[in-house]
Amino acid sequence: MNPSDLIIPLLLAGAAACGTGRRVNVYAALTRGAEDGLTVLLHVIPALVGLLTAVSMFRASGAMDALAQLCAPVLNLLGIPAETVPLMLVRPVSGSGALAVASDLMASHGPDSYIGRVAAVMLGSTETTFYTIAVYFGSAGIVRTRHTVPAALAADLTGFLTAVLTVRLLFGP
Amino acid sequence: MAMSYIWSGLVILSFLWGFFHGNLSAVAAAALDGAQSALELSLSMAGILCLWSGVMEILNVCGLSRRIAALFRPLLRRLLPNASRDEETLAAVSANVSANLLGLGNAATPLGIQAARRMARNCGGTASDELCLLVVLNTASIQLLPTTVASVRAAFGSAAPFDILPAVWISSLASVTVGLLTARLLSRRKGGPA
Repeated sequence: MNPSDLIIPLLLAGAAACGTGRRVNVYAALTRGAEDGLTVLLHVIPALVGLLTAVSMFRASGAMDALAQLCAPVLNLLGIPAETVPLMLVRPVSGSGALAVASDLMASHGPDSYIGRVAAVMLGSTETTFYTIAVYFGSAGIVRTRHTVPAALAADLTGFLTAVLTVRLLFGP
Repeated sequence: MAMSYIWSGLVILSFLWGFFHGNLSAVAAAALDGAQSALELSLSMAGILCLWSGVMEILNVCGLSRRIAALFRPLLRRLLPNASRDEETLAAVSANVSANLLGLGNAATPLGIQAARRMARNCGGTASDELCLLVVLNTASIQLLPTTVASVRAAFGSAAPFDILPAVWISSLASVTVGLLTARLLSRRKGGPA
């Protein structure tokens, strides 16, 4: 049996059992959460339309391949597929941009392909670094951020490299 | 502003590249395709995303987030010893970590900001070592169930959208660890307010 076949029904049944045991209004929580999910998505759609348009144009023009080829020698050394360069560049700056680039990769290579999986793991294991730093320090009134940016970028780079390594190890290249 | 430059750069570069390589017709078609596929993707992942957001909310009201927060308290007390002297800051930080783990981004950010504000008092606009650590912790994604990514994979017809979970966990953990270690290392070298 695929572990995925277990995890989805188990999570649903577990949440239902946990809520019923604690006598909370499970159904109200479910619909409230679903509504939150819809709100998040609604806010993402306009950005996704703009960014997927730009990313599709970039790919169709051939410029994306040129960029990937430009970075290929360095990336091959690290074992990173060159196709993921745009994703790694956009990830720290924009969440919806990264979603657009990653979905473009999954659409053209397939979600269960090597590159599709690497893109998914890269997306799932990193955050929108610069946005987060701006929000936190902005609202806390910090102007000198000291070593935050280099440390956060080191974390992102590690996430990207480990994404490639783990997908390779667990699913094969 | 950064996004304006990125978007404009992509579009202008695509036009120029397509113009000089004679494949503007492909670029034109791709522009319309891209806009259309953005909505198709959003629609095809909407159901799954809503379902998982609902399940996470059930777990949240069951008290799972409170339990995770309690679990991380001792660890955070060690990581941020100065900030933890203030009980309210520690509570906000552990709730922030717990919301992040459950993927409740909308809940995590206000809690994190609340903690950051308390930690930034009387520091004259310079981030303390511990505040840097808190922000690095938040720039590294630590999510138990990456629901958005799984929804996108499902929308594209993945056979098992959650099969990447172990890879995501390992990568997140490595990323957070390196981020915190780098912050520690750099703070020792550069010095600054504790």
